[in-house]
Amino acid sequence: MVRYEMRLSGAGGQGLVLAGLIMADSAVMVEEFNVSQTQSYGPESRGGASRAEIVYGEDQIDFPKVMKPDLLVCLTQASFDEYGDDLKPYGIMILDSSIDISEIDESLQDTAYQIPIIDTAEAKMKNKIYANMIVLGIISKILAEQIPAEFIKKSIIDNVPAETIDNNLEAFEIGREIRLKKRSYAHGKI
Amino acid sequence: MDIYKYLRKEKLPHIWCPGCGHGTILNSFVRAFDKSGLNQDKTVVISGIGCSGRATGYLNFDSLHTTHGRAIAFATGVKMANPELNVIVMTGDGDGAAIGGNHLIHAARRNIDLTVILFNNQIYGMTGGQFSPMTPEGANATTAPYGNIDRNFDLCQLTKAAGATFTARGATFNPRQLTNIIKKALLHKGFSFVESFTQCPVRYGKLNQTADPVDMLKLQKQKTADIKKWLQFSDEEKEIIYPLGVLNEEINPENEYTFRYQKIIEKTLEKGVL
Amino acid sequence: MTKTKVYKPQKRGILVQGDQAVVEGALAAGVEFFAGYPITPASEIAEGFARELPKVGGKFLQMEDEIAGMAAIVGASLAGKKAITATSGPGFSLKQENLGFAIMIEAPLVVVNVQRVGPSTGLPTSPSQGDVMQSRWGRNGDQPIIVLAPASVQECFDLSITAVNFSEKYRQPVILLLDEVIGHLREKIIIKKAEELDIWERKRPALNERRNNFNPYQETDDLIPPMPDYGSGFRYHASGLFHDQTGFPSGKNKTAKNLMDRLTKKITANLSEILLYEKDVRKEDQAAVLSFGSAVRTAISAVHTARKAGLKVGYFKLKTIWPFPEEEVAKLAEEVDTIIVPELNQGQLIGEVKKAAGCKADVIGINDYSGLLLKPEEIRSVLEEVL
Repeated sequence: MVRYEMRLSGAGGQGLVLAGLIMADSAVMVEEFNVSQTQSYGPESRGGASRAEIVYGEDQIDFPKVMKPDLLVCLTQASFDEYGDDLKPYGIMILDSSIDISEIDESLQDTAYQIPIIDTAEAKMKNKIYANMIVLGIISKILAEQIPAEFIKKSIIDNVPAETIDNNLEAFEIGREIRLKKRSYAHGKI
Repeated sequence: MDIYKYLRKEKLPHIWCPGCGHGTILNSFVRAFDKSGLNQDKTVVISGIGCSGRATGYLNFDSLHTTHGRAIAFATGVKMANPELNVIVMTGDGDGAAIGGNHLIHAARRNIDLTVILFNNQIYGMTGGQFSPMTPEGANATTAPYGNIDRNFDLCQLTKAAGATFTARGATFNPRQLTNIIKKALLHKGFSFVESFTQCPVRYGKLNQTADPVDMLKLQKQKTADIKKWLQFSDEEKEIIYPLGVLNEEINPENEYTFRYQKIIEKTLEKGVL
Repeated sequence: MTKTKVYKPQKRGILVQGDQAVVEGALAAGVEFFAGYPITPASEIAEGFARELPKVGGKFLQMEDEIAGMAAIVGASLAGKKAITATSGPGFSLKQENLGFAIMIEAPLVVVNVQRVGPSTGLPTSPSQGDVMQSRWGRNGDQPIIVLAPASVQECFDLSITAVNFSEKYRQPVILLLDEVIGHLREKIIIKKAEELDIWERKRPALNERRNNFNPYQETDDLIPPMPDYGSGFRYHASGLFHDQTGFPSGKNKTAKNLMDRLTKKITANLSEILLYEKDVRKEDQAAVLSFGSAVRTAISAVHTARKAGLKVGYFKLKTIWPFPEEEVAKLAEEVDTIIVPELNQGQLIGEVKKAAGCKADVIGINDYSGLLLKPEEIRSVLEEVL
């Protein structure tokens, strides 16, 4: 993997900056990878737009920000409207099922994973703040060949408050159990 | 008493005008320092800008002549970096109560072990006689040609309210008392504040029909009273007369800021977080 | 694709944020004192020092304002400690007077400025390189200054050490100029061990000079007077007024000129050590991209992809932006026809590049001052036009 770009986007308070940090921390554990992680947020701690970006790969990372994400996560309509078009051709899009994608290209509609991430967090964890861990669970399945799930788990343990580790790992496993539809092309090839 | 060992004799005579009271405060300071028994080599004197700022240049200690109003902030850095040092700030009413007023109250709030001596001549002398926060209402200044309408601080009340654990006021007409006050302030563990009235015949006096230094000293005496006497005064008298002496003293060395920070260091070392 | 790895905890490569790497570097360099005031995007530096300094017996002070933070580190430096503060543009403006004082009395210390978009409150969470000239000329009067600009988290660590080292060796305040991208960026870096590092200390006078008419601002061969710690018995005077060798004010014009000349020369005589840069310009290259700070990342990315497409272009990356490497840039201007200068401002350092290049090369600026990091294609498109 020469350079892989990931963007997690949504609203402030959804824990995406933390999820970005955890992904970056997991990628760091892969010996061959260089890693850069950036984030963008407004002055609000809750609400507002939030975005975390991770770039990793075996090459030296010249430009540290995402240019065309290989993997894009959107948890809100606003973030999808802003970033949906940036996706690299044949890239992967993971969208909360609350997002209306009827206005985008049909080929993209076919390949996007629409998953009830926030609803699942509320139904199974009784709290939507676990949506970020469900996202990580989903990503860990998609990127299993690049970053082992155990690296991500270790990173969750390292980065969340001690008293919340069990709940976070449970949500992570819920994410891993979500069945993803088959895609018609191999991921990551351009 | 050899007071000359505390002075840089080769830097004398000083630049202060004839009749100025600043030399009297300096005199009281060196005598008080001698009586305090503190180590001259472990003492730093720090000043800002203005006539008071020049005091540190005449004193045979490690000395720092800083920017306008900031002496207390520099002193906080020196004291915090090496709490073994005795750190003394010499400032004026413009330097310490106007541009540096924020540093004064925050150092008092922290209760860091500094001694601040504020030379209050009620005017910006060095720049030619502009009014300061301590210029009396109604007095003239070059920037108050129709009489000053700004109200004053009561600096001892201000620093006490901000958290100073030692506040005192002296005046150059009574150098013995001033010496005694400064000695107590030097030995106090915590933030100690000494305000001293001092006469400025050349700038303040000339603008206010009191250009004779002796008259100015007499006026100081009329407008002040020893704290013990002052407490007997009526409320009306208290309004117009300033009390002199040690006005507030709380003895609790464990409340001092560098002591409290040292406890944090010990706590982090104990936890073995190293 | 990379094969699945067996988990091995990496002892050396760790994920660190730029602001935190500055803290780690400074601690490695022996910094024992921080005083400052919270400001975005530099607050993480204050938080890092608040957490780490007491663990090594050091001191952290949150002061009442930016001015006091600057003053306090000058005081700590005089008391013998390696001292640092951190701020962003508006706070940096407030610090200027006392920074000028530190330059005048030759107090070793480091000021970190994590730049954000200005003027005024500007865009607090967006990157900028708008303080290039404020770093150089923000104070009244002429004066020397050293400004280092890291372009990666690893360089935040490495140049933080260099900044402390330079400040100690030259008795000179050093500015470490980050921007929001570099300060908040997290990257995998290697924290070097103490034994791998070269740490410098200020020159202190021998204690037996104490009573021997010690001159704290004596004219030594290396132009850098030895500096005693307050409290070590030298009883010396330091003043922001022009002073002679004794440290006491002198109103003589000749004394003022002597001091200014020495302050300037102690830096210009050591440019070979102070000027840090990386250059990758091949014989056949017709253009070079000259950049510093976060713009380096865009520049090198653009150069690498342009070279793959066969374009003849190299890069010149400044780590020391002040003093400006005039001779090196003049030489670069002889080697290439065009120098491209991307900056996150309306064009500040480009003026120096033009001065140094004279008429030997075309100098073209690419500027973004909207709070965004320049994108590689913006440089690429200029390269395609000129080549």
